[in-house]
Amino acid sequence: MKTDQKNFVQKKDIEGPSAPQESRWQEFWRLLRRNRLAVAGLIIFVAFFFIALAGLVLTSGTSPVFDPAMVRLQEKLRPPLSEPRLEDLRPEEVPTLGIYLLGTDDLGRDVFSRMLQGAWVSSTVGFVAVGIAVLIGICMGGISGYFGRNPVRVDHILVAFCVVVGGGLLLAGAPFSGGVLLLIGCAYILSPLWWRKAWGRQSATRVMRFLYKDALSIDTLIMRLVDIMLCFPVFFLILTVVALLPASMYNIMIVIGLTSWMGTTRFVRAELLSLREQDFVTAAKALGVSDWRIIFRHMIPNAMAPVLVSATIGIASAILIEAGLSFLGFGVPPPHATWGNILSDGKRFIFDAPWLTFIPGFAILIVVLAFNLFGEGLRDILNPKLRERY
Amino acid sequence: MLSFIGRSIIQKIITLFFVMVISFLIIHLAPGEPSQVDPLNPKFTPEMVERFREAFHLDKPLHVQFVYFYRDLFTGKTVSWKDNEPVLKKIGERFLNSLPLFIVGTILTWTLAFPIGIRSAIARGGVYDRSATFVSYLLYSIPGFFFAYILILLVVNAFHVPVIGMKTFGFGDVSVLRAVMDRVWHLLLPSVLGATVGIAVLSRYVRSQMLEVESQDYVRTARAKGLPSEQVHYKHALRNALLPFVTMFGLILPGLIGGSVIIESIFSWPGMGRMAFEAILARDYPIILSVNFISAVLVLIGTFISDLLYMVVDPRIHL
Repeated sequence: MKTDQKNFVQKKDIEGPSAPQESRWQEFWRLLRRNRLAVAGLIIFVAFFFIALAGLVLTSGTSPVFDPAMVRLQEKLRPPLSEPRLEDLRPEEVPTLGIYLLGTDDLGRDVFSRMLQGAWVSSTVGFVAVGIAVLIGICMGGISGYFGRNPVRVDHILVAFCVVVGGGLLLAGAPFSGGVLLLIGCAYILSPLWWRKAWGRQSATRVMRFLYKDALSIDTLIMRLVDIMLCFPVFFLILTVVALLPASMYNIMIVIGLTSWMGTTRFVRAELLSLREQDFVTAAKALGVSDWRIIFRHMIPNAMAPVLVSATIGIASAILIEAGLSFLGFGVPPPHATWGNILSDGKRFIFDAPWLTFIPGFAILIVVLAFNLFGEGLRDILNPKLRERY
Repeated sequence: MLSFIGRSIIQKIITLFFVMVISFLIIHLAPGEPSQVDPLNPKFTPEMVERFREAFHLDKPLHVQFVYFYRDLFTGKTVSWKDNEPVLKKIGERFLNSLPLFIVGTILTWTLAFPIGIRSAIARGGVYDRSATFVSYLLYSIPGFFFAYILILLVVNAFHVPVIGMKTFGFGDVSVLRAVMDRVWHLLLPSVLGATVGIAVLSRYVRSQMLEVESQDYVRTARAKGLPSEQVHYKHALRNALLPFVTMFGLILPGLIGGSVIIESIFSWPGMGRMAFEAILARDYPIILSVNFISAVLVLIGTFISDLLYMVVDPRIHL
């Protein structure tokens, strides 16, 4: 015991090579700086964020600083940087900057204020859609990766079937059969409350044994769900649903979110499968930490790297999808301008007023490119295996 | 091997069944009904609507409609609600129109992506690699419709050729050569646009796959024993790097029916994507569901083929 202590003291005195004193952020920044494209992406990312914020503040409300909906028919299709003809305008119609910075469209609306509004609408659509997708992905991936081995019993499947089909029939207009199925399902779910007290566990007849048989694991269930979702042609599905639902910004966000969670689920599951075997999880379990706390406090933070990367790239593709929907006429409905809307309105004037096509087009291109470059840079940084190779 | 095939076929059939159920539910539970599409049309009297609902089983409960619909689809009797044409015939016609786009696009993707990716992997970190990386991100990020307009402006201004549609209208009695050139010009832009994203993604993938293999021990050994670098790159490294791409032959199958909605609308190309879009506009449920069903089948067949190919090509995999 004593010699041990002595050794320990001696070792401490030796000025050996120690671990680099570098915080996580410093390391992140050092690695990021090496990839110039990713730095450019990050700068544009931050700039876009502030522009979107400014757009939200400056273009909404009852008397916004930049009014994107102000129609001036006498000033239509003016090129960028042109002076307003002050003699034709009422005082409240004069643009805030005293100049049409990015020109006007076919109704004489100021393209600059419309672009500002489009910035926050597009970014909101992107962030909320990806937020929904990541949330679903983390929950599904977490359950599948952590509880994956837990079996689903035949009775679980039957009950789920009863409840889902019953609810469906009830909604579809068959109240009797639907109601009965729903009642059976609910009764079975609630039955353990008095079941155990009355009979205990001995009443395992043959029927019960069949019901308690393990049919498949939770992991299989969720992964098959992912497979099913991957069978749909995504853009076509989004287009169908958006066209059938009443047009609104929120529907678009939700639909894009609900159709793009599969990648995140797979990443999170793969990470959790390897994390589950590690010592800190065993330690947490031994301490009696609850399962959900282990998943969300101990494991998910360790699995965030691929999720962050796919979220960054997901925002880019959500913005592209929104622009595509707007282009086809199913995007965010008119009172809000989005970049896709401006472009699709402007495409009719491509020869007379090319700025109506090129300004929003290049804006979308630059923002999406920035998100993609930053996302890829992030992937290289967060994945130690890829680091050396770059 | 046989048991693997059997298991995966059963699995895929179950998946397909759920896809059928979900797509049917999405379409039919969405608010609105096809019989309400045009309430102002004077021809749409209540009796007409009633007849219409009866003819297409819309008055039955949902599960009965489901069975009717898929029974009709499998026996080939489904008709479009819009014009009473058989759905399969319509899809077949449009499919033939989309096919040249798909073939040219796929050929462009695969012939361009490989040289670009391999070259940038071999010369990694160099000017070529960095510019190829940037260009592929650019192509990946550009909105397809915006790129389409840029290309249309460029081609129309530079070469003075018409590009919209499948061929120039009323171009009847001209020499064969001019007719062929006309078709080629019309085909070129949409297929290039269809291939851009593919080229960008695939060339990046080829690059990373090639880099992965280049860092293996056997490549270092080959270099160490003094083989010329061409032989190392193209014989030792490339052959192994190609493995995952063989399996991707299966995964291009779904592209057969996908047909880009946006590009086909811009170029007024009467293909699958545009038909699907028109069907959505007209709430022509049989066509939407059939397109969805066929593309799901193609996805499943594609993954199945790619699994099989993987086993055939890579002797290390046993299932």
